[in-house]
Amino acid sequence: MHRTGELYGQFQTLDQQKETAALGMWIFLVTEVLFFGGMFLTYTINRHAYSAAFGMGSNTLDIYLGGFNTVVLILSSLTMAMGVWSAQVGKKSLVTSFLILTLILGGVFLGVKVVEYKQKFDHHLIPGQNFDISYCAKNPNACTDLSPKARETEDKQLEEAERLDPNLNSHAQLYFSLYFGMTGLHALHMIVGAGLLLWLLKESVGGRFGPAYNTPVEIVGLYWHFVDIVWIYLFPLLYLIDRKAGR
Amino acid sequence: MSEHIVPPKIYLGVFGILMAGTTLTVIAAFKDFGAFNIVIALGIATIKATFVVLYFMHARYSPKRTHLVIICAVFWLAIMLALTLTDYQERPILGDRAAPDAAHQLPV
Repeated sequence: MHRTGELYGQFQTLDQQKETAALGMWIFLVTEVLFFGGMFLTYTINRHAYSAAFGMGSNTLDIYLGGFNTVVLILSSLTMAMGVWSAQVGKKSLVTSFLILTLILGGVFLGVKVVEYKQKFDHHLIPGQNFDISYCAKNPNACTDLSPKARETEDKQLEEAERLDPNLNSHAQLYFSLYFGMTGLHALHMIVGAGLLLWLLKESVGGRFGPAYNTPVEIVGLYWHFVDIVWIYLFPLLYLIDRKAGR
Repeated sequence: MSEHIVPPKIYLGVFGILMAGTTLTVIAAFKDFGAFNIVIALGIATIKATFVVLYFMHARYSPKRTHLVIICAVFWLAIMLALTLTDYQERPILGDRAAPDAAHQLPV
């Protein structure tokens, strides 16, 4: 393709090229909104139908880890936005620093997710043959990582939920299928984002991004912020739906 | 370049708003507002998302055709959610969960 510097032949100016790229990214993000929208819809319908099981499942999640991850991800959005600003004002070494920070924060988020998933494995909360929502109530010695107070409230809630929903175990499985499906897809998007950041980092170290040309930083930024928005909805929907009454 | 450069002060301000929103949503989740818990949670999330779109994603300073794309996304999402939910609302599967219809039970 014919290209002069950073300007491709089909465009007249770098401005026009950047606007076109941004529009393309936004249209991609529309398809992503509808893609995640379908999952949120599935979640909403089932949560409404099986609220006792979904409340039970939701309360097994660690609100501190979830809250911490929310802060980490929003902070990474800030560092990404600052990376775009650094490129726009021509502070080339700052671009690299902010991209590294964003990448580190993304890594921290995924690391916390690993810890959370591991705990669900240990507590038999992976949908499938050995799924058992009452595993910790039956085997308190296998769940020593939960505080005695947390276990006590969980046992109490389990009793109540079993009374409300005779099919609690299969409906709780539905909650965890959606939990792993939605957070897993979100994590997959984060991994793709981390790959894009690595590429940006390589180009940024070479001094490619400045006031005249910073389109890739801006476009990856759009993607990264979108992934942040998905989490902004996932956090209350998955972690916070049934916390009232101090559970 | 004619592009609008958003100063760091605005980014930090938006970050502050997002942190405040996160704190608020956690506090609100532990209080009992009945059916409004979910409305409050999603309301705060939507306000947060709007700030991210407007400032972090520069939508406020983008051309009108970008606004059109964003509005279309929200509109199509609204169609999908509203029409599907009204449909499910009329189906027996969303009836009384205390005594689920045996025909709709999942295999244990």
